[in-house]
Amino acid sequence: MTSVSTVIDSENRDEIAPVSAGDRDGPQDGFKETVGDIYHPRPRLTCRNVDVCYDNGAAHAIRNVSLDIGEMEVLAMIGPSGCGKSTFLRCLNRMNDTIDGCEVTGSIRLDGEEIYSKDLDVVPLRARVGMVFQKPNPFPKSIYENVAYGPRIHGLAANKAELDEVVESSLKRAALWGEVCDRLHQPGTGLSGGQQQRLCIARAIAVSPEVILMDEPCSALDPIATAKVEELIDELRKRYTIVIVTHSMQQAARVSQRTAYFHLGNLVEMDETDRIFTDPQHQLTEDYITGRFG
Amino acid sequence: MTNETQRTIDIVHAGLRKRYARERRFRLMGLMAISLGLLFVSILFLDISLKGYTAFQQTYLRLQVYYDPSIIDPAGTTRHDDLAFADYAALVKQSLRTVFPDVTDRQDKRELYKLASPGAGQALARRVLADPSVIGNREEIWVLANDDVDMLAKGKIDRDAPEDVRRLDDRALAWIDRLEQRGDIRKQFNTGFFSSGDSRQPEQAGIAGALMGSFYTLLLTLLMSFPLAVGTAVYLEEFAPRNRLTDLIEVNINNLAAVPSIIFGLLGLAVFINFFGVPRSTPLVGALVLTLMTLPTIIIASRSALKSVPPSIREAALAVGASPLQTQIHHVLPLAMPGMLTGTIIGMAQALGETAPLLMIGMIAFIVDVPQGVTDPATVLPVQIFLWADSPERAFVERTSAAIMVLLAFLVAMNLLAVLLRRRFERRW
Amino acid sequence: MQPLLLLIVIAGLMGFGYYFGRSRSVSMAEGFGGSNRLHSLPAYYGFYAALWAGLPALALLVLWMFFQDTIITWLVIGSLPADLQDLPAERLNLLVNDIKNLATGNIVSSEITAPIQAAADRYNQLREVARTSIWTLAISLALISLVIARSRISPQLRARNYVEKTVINVLVIFSTIAILTTLGVVLSVFYESLLFFRKVPVSEFLLGTEWSPQIALRADQVGASGSFGSIPLFTGTLLVSAIAMVVAVPIGLMSAIYLSEYAGPRFRAVSKPLLEILAGIPTVVYGFFAALTMAPFIRSLGESFGLEVASESALAAGLVMGVMIIPFVSSLSDDVINAVPQSLREGSYALGATHSETVKKVVFRAALPGIVGGILLAVSRAIGETMIVVMAAGLSANLTANPLESVTTVTVQIVTLLTGDQEFDSAKTLAAFALGLSLFVITLILNVIALHTVRKYREQYD
Repeated sequence: MTSVSTVIDSENRDEIAPVSAGDRDGPQDGFKETVGDIYHPRPRLTCRNVDVCYDNGAAHAIRNVSLDIGEMEVLAMIGPSGCGKSTFLRCLNRMNDTIDGCEVTGSIRLDGEEIYSKDLDVVPLRARVGMVFQKPNPFPKSIYENVAYGPRIHGLAANKAELDEVVESSLKRAALWGEVCDRLHQPGTGLSGGQQQRLCIARAIAVSPEVILMDEPCSALDPIATAKVEELIDELRKRYTIVIVTHSMQQAARVSQRTAYFHLGNLVEMDETDRIFTDPQHQLTEDYITGRFG
Repeated sequence: MTNETQRTIDIVHAGLRKRYARERRFRLMGLMAISLGLLFVSILFLDISLKGYTAFQQTYLRLQVYYDPSIIDPAGTTRHDDLAFADYAALVKQSLRTVFPDVTDRQDKRELYKLASPGAGQALARRVLADPSVIGNREEIWVLANDDVDMLAKGKIDRDAPEDVRRLDDRALAWIDRLEQRGDIRKQFNTGFFSSGDSRQPEQAGIAGALMGSFYTLLLTLLMSFPLAVGTAVYLEEFAPRNRLTDLIEVNINNLAAVPSIIFGLLGLAVFINFFGVPRSTPLVGALVLTLMTLPTIIIASRSALKSVPPSIREAALAVGASPLQTQIHHVLPLAMPGMLTGTIIGMAQALGETAPLLMIGMIAFIVDVPQGVTDPATVLPVQIFLWADSPERAFVERTSAAIMVLLAFLVAMNLLAVLLRRRFERRW
Repeated sequence: MQPLLLLIVIAGLMGFGYYFGRSRSVSMAEGFGGSNRLHSLPAYYGFYAALWAGLPALALLVLWMFFQDTIITWLVIGSLPADLQDLPAERLNLLVNDIKNLATGNIVSSEITAPIQAAADRYNQLREVARTSIWTLAISLALISLVIARSRISPQLRARNYVEKTVINVLVIFSTIAILTTLGVVLSVFYESLLFFRKVPVSEFLLGTEWSPQIALRADQVGASGSFGSIPLFTGTLLVSAIAMVVAVPIGLMSAIYLSEYAGPRFRAVSKPLLEILAGIPTVVYGFFAALTMAPFIRSLGESFGLEVASESALAAGLVMGVMIIPFVSSLSDDVINAVPQSLREGSYALGATHSETVKKVVFRAALPGIVGGILLAVSRAIGETMIVVMAAGLSANLTANPLESVTTVTVQIVTLLTGDQEFDSAKTLAAFALGLSLFVITLILNVIALHTVRKYREQYD
């Protein structure tokens, strides 16, 4: 149930007209248009006029969102619950396809390639855009098999030795190797919550994606585990583009370079993280980060 | 884009074709599995209906009968007992001889008499007993034809088969053809199938006895199992403390639901019949066994119906000062009742179709009379099907299939009722 | 219909008790200033009196119904001449049967001698006494209880509490029926099996490879010959069940996967109930189908390939049994697959797995314990299935693994041994109980393991 209404031919992002929200929908809840800088000098993902409806149009979850996600950056998406940030995140690797009656319109491009185009195959797309979920969801298999799953289904490793190497390097990158190297063949579900989440991150990076989407990855974790995952995110930024949805403003401030604030399905403000938190341009953003609602 | 990711993308793309082929194969396998399952359903139903639909018609012979007083009532007493035991088969034979005066050989005659069912004489007896004034008169009457004639009329005996493997030899075929030309053979709706009991003669056998047996058995089963099951479910779900005993009861119920039904037959034989002396072959002992068998099903369904009533209802009732039992009777039970009834109907459908345990407790006996109560010897519909399926006569095949059709019709009706009940009263909290 | 009539009379007394208790409470309350001074509603005083009237009499009636015959038989045996009493158990049983038949006017198998005639008369006489005494006892018990209830009714009486307590106690008794049933199965089957093992050693039963229970042509020949090695029966059962599982597991499992993972809601809504029709068809229908359609079909198919197929081949019975079990496997697997959390599927999709890869490598793996539990339940069902094999499998105990040959199963033998007219104490009849015991134990173990696995699985994802 996905269709693409706006497919823009040009590969050049400069030709994509900057769009303000007011062009399509009228002002809503005091919202006029996105303030701040939605652009990035070296974008990986460019989203233009993205709209998401659930239940075949009955519920409008995302309204006319346009933004860029840059190379090697961590973009944080914040906002009160129900603001659509997770929905938007799931658009970026077409995970919304699995939900019946969900319709995405607008344009989302990965390195210039339209991901909602009819010809696009979601399997390689998802290999390029990995995802980590809110609740750790290791498969009921061994730690090794969890990490090896992606490389196996895609046939990335030619032999056992290569696969071992991929598993090891992924676990190392996920900063989990030291804790599990002696029990690789025990079930992944036996790990602690924080370890499980890092296992899921290792599982995601084992297919060497370009972008990693994280949907509130720390919301089910305790503070110590959270700190570890945040550290890891900072480390991963050197190799991957990361988009993280979080309900914690502190976390956004700690890990991200840029932050986007969503409100009732609209992108209200997007800018350098420092600026958002010190000098928000929009009244709604300010109200949110100063804790007037949330 | 790093080299590593570029390499990944290339490998992924290279493998896609194969993976999608596998995807399609897997999907196809699933679809095939479903189609096979549905194919079995349709084959089963088609096979049974094609075999059985002919049994709803029965072949009759037209006879010109002379109610010869010298045979029926030689003494002229017109007493009921004398009339009842007269040799009515002789009247049938006489009338067949008048149709075929050319048959004179003893052997041939005996074959000729076989065209009419033994039931033909009984039909004449009924006629005379109902109205003794017909004695001495001549009358045209339609009587049951023998099962072989019936099979031939329904095309189930191959005329072209060699004579020595055919149930009817050439002369019988010639007689039947002649009768047919005269318009003395016709098929009509088979009321006897629904109104008479079992018989060794296929053309006389009916399911009335089995239906009544099933009715009594099921009625008793319902009367015993419903209160027992609902009581157990209410106690376990609403009142029972969580302890060893209630855990044991629970494990027990779940296990009983999966115990082979034949074991319940052994129980019935050893405990009810041999120890307590409940009369064999009766709906009573059948119902006792079936009650034990269906209890777990109904208990489990009733418990889940009780579970689906939200606790807020109980709290609301308790908060206005109702006692726990009043809460149950006034609020919880009425809300859970549709679910309990659905479970009961499904349990009853199970009991209606059950055969194996009833064989153990003697409901397999050959019983001609339609049972008049729960302590009369009886059989039930599925056991009747089993008995007929074992009979060698060709004509019993269609009777068996027809009895199956009747049984399935009842089961479908019961299940539909359960579905409707669920739809009608389904409530989402 | 004597007990039924008595039941109606007792019910009538209970109804009387209700109105009596109710009006009594109201009239007593007058003296204290109206019915709101009563502890409970007047109706509860009614129920209180009704329970007093009914319960003791009903309990008596139930006990009487259960034990009347046993006690009378015991008394009749006690009154027999000593030489008849000393007969071996099986002969005595026959004799008692004759006496009962004579008493009720049925056909008697042996010669009627004077002592037997006397015993029959005594039997009838005792029954008559029992009948009159139960009527008198039950009705007077009900009336006495009513009088007690009357003396107890007062405005302070906590009628509601008493009534509710009684009702809950009745419910407790109801819920023990399940345990009693199991106990009944175990005890009865176990007891008869013990009798059997006294005649035939356990080792022969468990390890013998020869099954031919045809013994005792004459009465003095009891236990003289016949062999009771159950191994061919169990191999036959296993063979038929294995064929059934080969049919049911792939088809059932793939159907469940297709229905829960691929099918659209409309397709699912139509095909799922259609498939479940198979589960509602009585087994005797499958047996008929197996014997009259499947077996001849397989036979002619085999012959067209030049294979020799028995007319009652294990294959025909197994195939049809498999069809019967398909919906069982599919609906259990369907439940289990639906219980696999969506997050696991999403985790797999997010890595770029295709639908089938997700199903095969993640969903199936996660659901495996539950599916195994379901299959174990299906196996236990196949082993205990009776009618299909009775109608379509053979009677001769062959020790073979060839599905085209005729084999017999445990359940077939139980039915054959118990449906003829046998004396109850012959080894042949008792063998059925020994087989029943083994069947019960095997299926019980399978069920316990299966139910435990499934429950553990459910808890994991709840």
